[in-house]
Amino acid sequence: MLLLSKPLKHLVSAGVVAFGLTAGLVQAETTINGAGATFPYPIYAKWAEAYKAKTGMNMNYQSIGSGGGIKQITAKTVDFGASDAPLSVEKLNEIGLIQFPMVMGGVVPVVNLEGVKAGELKLTGAVLADIYLGKITNWDDAALKNLNPGVKLPNGKITVVSRADGSGTTFIFTHYLSKVSPGFKEKIGNNTSVAWPTGVSGKGNEGVASYVQRLKGSIGYVEYAYALQNKMTFTQMQNKAGQFVKPDSETFQAAAAGADWKGTPGFNLMLTDQPGAKSWPITGATFILVYKKQEKTETAHQVLKFFDWAYHHGDKFAEQLDYVPMPASVVKLVEETWKTEINDASGKAIWTDSMVQK
Amino acid sequence: MNMGGSHISDSISARQRLMDRFFQALTTGSAWLVLVILAGIIVSLFVGGWQALVAFGPKFLVTDEWNPVTERFGALVPIYGTLISSLIALLIAVPMSFGIAIFLTEVAPDWMRRPIGTAIELLAAIPSIIYGMWGLFVFAPVMSQHVQPWLQTRFGDTPLIGALFQGAPLGIGMLPAGIILGIMIIPYITALMRDVFLTTPKFLKESAYGVGATHWEVVWNVVLPYTRVGAVGGIFLGLGRALGETMAVTFVIGNTHRMSASLFEPGNSIASTLANEFNEAVGDMHTSALIALGLVLFMITFIVLALAKLLLLGLESRDSAKS
Repeated sequence: MLLLSKPLKHLVSAGVVAFGLTAGLVQAETTINGAGATFPYPIYAKWAEAYKAKTGMNMNYQSIGSGGGIKQITAKTVDFGASDAPLSVEKLNEIGLIQFPMVMGGVVPVVNLEGVKAGELKLTGAVLADIYLGKITNWDDAALKNLNPGVKLPNGKITVVSRADGSGTTFIFTHYLSKVSPGFKEKIGNNTSVAWPTGVSGKGNEGVASYVQRLKGSIGYVEYAYALQNKMTFTQMQNKAGQFVKPDSETFQAAAAGADWKGTPGFNLMLTDQPGAKSWPITGATFILVYKKQEKTETAHQVLKFFDWAYHHGDKFAEQLDYVPMPASVVKLVEETWKTEINDASGKAIWTDSMVQK
Repeated sequence: MNMGGSHISDSISARQRLMDRFFQALTTGSAWLVLVILAGIIVSLFVGGWQALVAFGPKFLVTDEWNPVTERFGALVPIYGTLISSLIALLIAVPMSFGIAIFLTEVAPDWMRRPIGTAIELLAAIPSIIYGMWGLFVFAPVMSQHVQPWLQTRFGDTPLIGALFQGAPLGIGMLPAGIILGIMIIPYITALMRDVFLTTPKFLKESAYGVGATHWEVVWNVVLPYTRVGAVGGIFLGLGRALGETMAVTFVIGNTHRMSASLFEPGNSIASTLANEFNEAVGDMHTSALIALGLVLFMITFIVLALAKLLLLGLESRDSAKS
């Protein structure tokens, strides 16, 4: 009996779990499912938690990667997909999707140089591109010295660290470098993963971060939030206006403010190299994908209500986690798009102005 | 009474026959199921990788370009990385495991055998990601600060093998990946070798010791010939594991699609390429090329195990011819 009691207990708890699961199935209509990009996962999870506490509504998000998110929404196994790289208008129309930007973040170069403090080293897009092309290989290169007269740069090899896995971070980073360097555009190009000509690659932000922390004289790129949480030595960047700026939420928002969302069909917009004296040049938004024609009206309602709540009440959570909320003007534009573009099976609009949770 | 008795035993034996037939069907079905699953995996890998296989043809195996931007893919770098890192692993693991197994079965005093044997079995149970983390945070710094500079000054100028030790000592690359893999598969090979060494009949060994043979002579001339088949089988099981290892390699191999003669330079293996890129592979061609890469890994493992089987058959037939 003593021997039996433990398995029995397990059996009982298994029964409770099974019961809980069936109970969950009964309330299936109060769960919305999404999958995709890993970069916004922490904030989506935070929003889901807060939203559940408020409304009882479950938002289940699986961070399987942008590519996976696009595949899942195409296969209609989830209610919404999420991608760090915006889809082209042709691709959206082909599948019947619309996309909208949900939250922003910045990509920052990080270095491991003895005696160099965070935000001290200055880089331009062209120099950064040449480092990643393998053209600038030593820290005492004239191009770096000219930019940083006050900084003592060692005579040492630059170890270039990149992302091994496909990622939105790489997409934003290579988008920027392709924009500012014709050589980079021609040799490497812009994608979620590219063929790097030099250096080592780590898996995930954490992989890049640990390589940079481990290898003396290395340079890498990570999400801003990641650099901040790990106290990494980020650099300044020269923006389009010629100013050197440090990465923070102010410079990310400055980049978003100048962006022309209105004139860009399908919100297919990258925020790299934006005008404005304060703009951080390597900024990007992450996107949500939903079908234009919704078969399940109630689920579609719930999905849009969740994102509406996140737009209007989720800013403080985003800031806590070092993400940058979308400006109000963009939110308005997005909700206009919902109204005109998303319909139920009978062609009736799913979103109306009265649903906005101000 | 008699009639009734035989009637009862008839019905019992009829039931037993039925049970037996059922049992036979169940086991046969399970055995076939394995083959069906194997075939299913091959077919689905072929179907998934078809687009890339058609687009690149046999050149897929010998092209070293892997560029998701231009959608040109070749498997040479990951194949090279997989084979070289596994080769390094075997070079380290086979002699070490052999030594440990001999120690445990022939040399060690009885009170030591069980604790060390258990410790080795526990090592085999450590998840590979732990080896990867240890490799990156503990082993890589030691490599880059001590081992690699030493290798470079010692062998860097030696003709032929000097090329293996060129480049910056990062502590991340083909050599560290191979060493980590070697450490990982030592417990497997050791445990198997120890078990087969223990099957050597005691009287054979006692006789050899009786005529004055040393430990080494007993192992080399008695134990090893007796257990050769099992020992080789253990090595190939370890190799099979090294070929398919993912996380431990991903941490330390450097994950770059470039070929280099130097073992210090970063590279890539098939398994870590798949682990890195599959999630975010957006284009159809990229996904297809990754699945084709999976097929290549499957084939490599298949060929290695088939060769092992052939080798074992050869050994067995030679043994039986001798006796």
